[in-house]
Amino acid sequence: MANVVLKQVRKRFGPVETIHGVDLDIRDGEFCVFVGPSGCGKSTLLRLIAGLEDITDGELSIGGDVVNDIAPKERGVAMVFQSYALYPHMSVFENMAFGLDLAKHSKDEQKARVMAAAKTLQLENLLDRKPKELSGGQRQRVAIGRAIVRKPRVFLFDEPLSNLDAALRVQMRIELAKLHEKLNTTMIYVTHDQVEAMTMADKIVVLRDGRVEQVGTPLELYHYPANLFVAGFIGSPKMNFISANVAQISQHSVTVKLESGKEVSLPVDGSGLAPADRVTVGIRPEHCSIADQDTALFTGTVEVVEHLGEAGLVYVRTGSDDLFVVRVAGDTAIKNGETVGVAAAEQDCYVFDGADMAKRRLAVDNAPLKAQMTLN
Amino acid sequence: MNTKLRKILPKAGFWLLVTVIVLFAVFPFYYAILTSFESGSGLFQVNYLPESVTLANYISVFKGQAFGHNIFNSVFVSFMVVALSLLLGVTASYALARVKFAGRGLLLLTILSVSMFPQVAVLSGMFELIRGVGLYNNMFGLAISYMMLTLPFTVWVLTAFMRELPRELEEAAVMDGASPWIIIRRVFLPVMWPAMVTTGLLAFIAAWNEFLFALTFTLTDDKRTVPVAIALISGASQHEMPWGNIMAASVIVTLPLIVLVLIFQRRIVSGLTAGAVKG
Repeated sequence: MANVVLKQVRKRFGPVETIHGVDLDIRDGEFCVFVGPSGCGKSTLLRLIAGLEDITDGELSIGGDVVNDIAPKERGVAMVFQSYALYPHMSVFENMAFGLDLAKHSKDEQKARVMAAAKTLQLENLLDRKPKELSGGQRQRVAIGRAIVRKPRVFLFDEPLSNLDAALRVQMRIELAKLHEKLNTTMIYVTHDQVEAMTMADKIVVLRDGRVEQVGTPLELYHYPANLFVAGFIGSPKMNFISANVAQISQHSVTVKLESGKEVSLPVDGSGLAPADRVTVGIRPEHCSIADQDTALFTGTVEVVEHLGEAGLVYVRTGSDDLFVVRVAGDTAIKNGETVGVAAAEQDCYVFDGADMAKRRLAVDNAPLKAQMTLN
Repeated sequence: MNTKLRKILPKAGFWLLVTVIVLFAVFPFYYAILTSFESGSGLFQVNYLPESVTLANYISVFKGQAFGHNIFNSVFVSFMVVALSLLLGVTASYALARVKFAGRGLLLLTILSVSMFPQVAVLSGMFELIRGVGLYNNMFGLAISYMMLTLPFTVWVLTAFMRELPRELEEAAVMDGASPWIIIRRVFLPVMWPAMVTTGLLAFIAAWNEFLFALTFTLTDDKRTVPVAIALISGASQHEMPWGNIMAASVIVTLPLIVLVLIFQRRIVSGLTAGAVKG
């Protein structure tokens, strides 16, 4: 049990700096997810915490102790790797007991701990098998078991579900969430999949190019993204962006003029904006609807309709380079080539200034979000 | 007719080629075995099928000289060479494959270049060295000089193999609290068995058959290894070459190699195919 605190942590590989001064405070027992596109430094950050890479500059402390120069095994952390990295010549039991054996625990102690972990993970019948005789999901569980038996203060997961098929991934996601609830240990989890981040995390850290873009609860990130990057990264399908000009600013709203000529008044904090400023308006696909041409924000031609079953995705060409995605009911009758209007409620729109920073939204009303925000 | 011939001809040519190659490769051994079972004047008549079979040559090899002792020497030296080269090879390859340090590529090239020198080129220098450290006419002296022949390829093969092992495997062990030595011994060694068996076997063969160093660095009969002993087998008179004894001795010393290869055959094959299918 321990919190993890990073202060201005930097990592340089030769002349190339990949982590540019990260500050982070992960509380005890928290499920923290590092998310970002590939190459954003999330795995490097995890490896710095694990001790597999040396920290170039800054300070890392686990449970109050600065651990910059402490060997991985003494940090009290356990790691689950993307490829599982099970020892191929050892049985499941030996795989899990290896770390305990190295730490000179007695055979009885080893057996008791492995059995307990095996029970938690439903591996009791597989203890004599070799890794190559296991399925992907089972290997994954052994890898997690190997981490559990050491009773670490912090669990580290490096994209642990990316090698599993979709159905198994959902199942393991739930099992991991349950495991976290049961062990109540600090967990740090790296993924490039925003769905995993949204569903599992207490706290999400969005990274880009070795910098923290935003830290927050899943719903905080969804409703109050700090900037254009986070807004585009969180949510699926990703948020639509259209450019607009500021027409008028009042205390509780900003009126913008869209490229279609339509003027809308959006309830966001307009401080820092001036009339005629160029801004970006963001609208999530699930907040849009197909509307009459006179109530619509703009019109366009339907290019593709994807039927997902419970919903449909309509891709509307609006004249600009990007397709605008609208999430509609699953039984939609809209066809390719139709000209449609797209509408959205004012309070569901996001506004980003010229530097891509978000303007605070003022009309968000969401009970779970408030609950999550009081947690922090 | 013509098309049929066109089909058969390449096939026939192929099998003819195979037969010639097999004959060329196997005949000398066959002839050695054949000769070893003949005696007296039969030795000097050219025949391709056994005519009279006698074990006289085999018996006289052991009676005429300390051949049993020579075999023991060869076994002792070869096993020592295998053990030393694998120990040094594995530890060196861990460093060369896994630890980043300046001059790693240069070091690998240097190790390779050692094997470029012909043995004769280093013979006199090596002789001085061996005598300087007091290992002349000594099994240990031989074993150490053979390292020059076995270590380059042992280190290279094991380094290449070790590079292929997934990095995460090592990191998982680090997280489990393993030191480099534990990682080598308890994680890498078991995984590297196939490569070790192959290189170990090659090192054994190299040491077992080595002649020049063995001839130069030993003085007395009881310290000689088998290849030298065979070369020095002499007949009743100066003008008689005891072909029968020589052939019998050669067959005897080839047997251990064949047995070893047969024992480890499975390991070698599984080693060659191990990387092909991801486990």
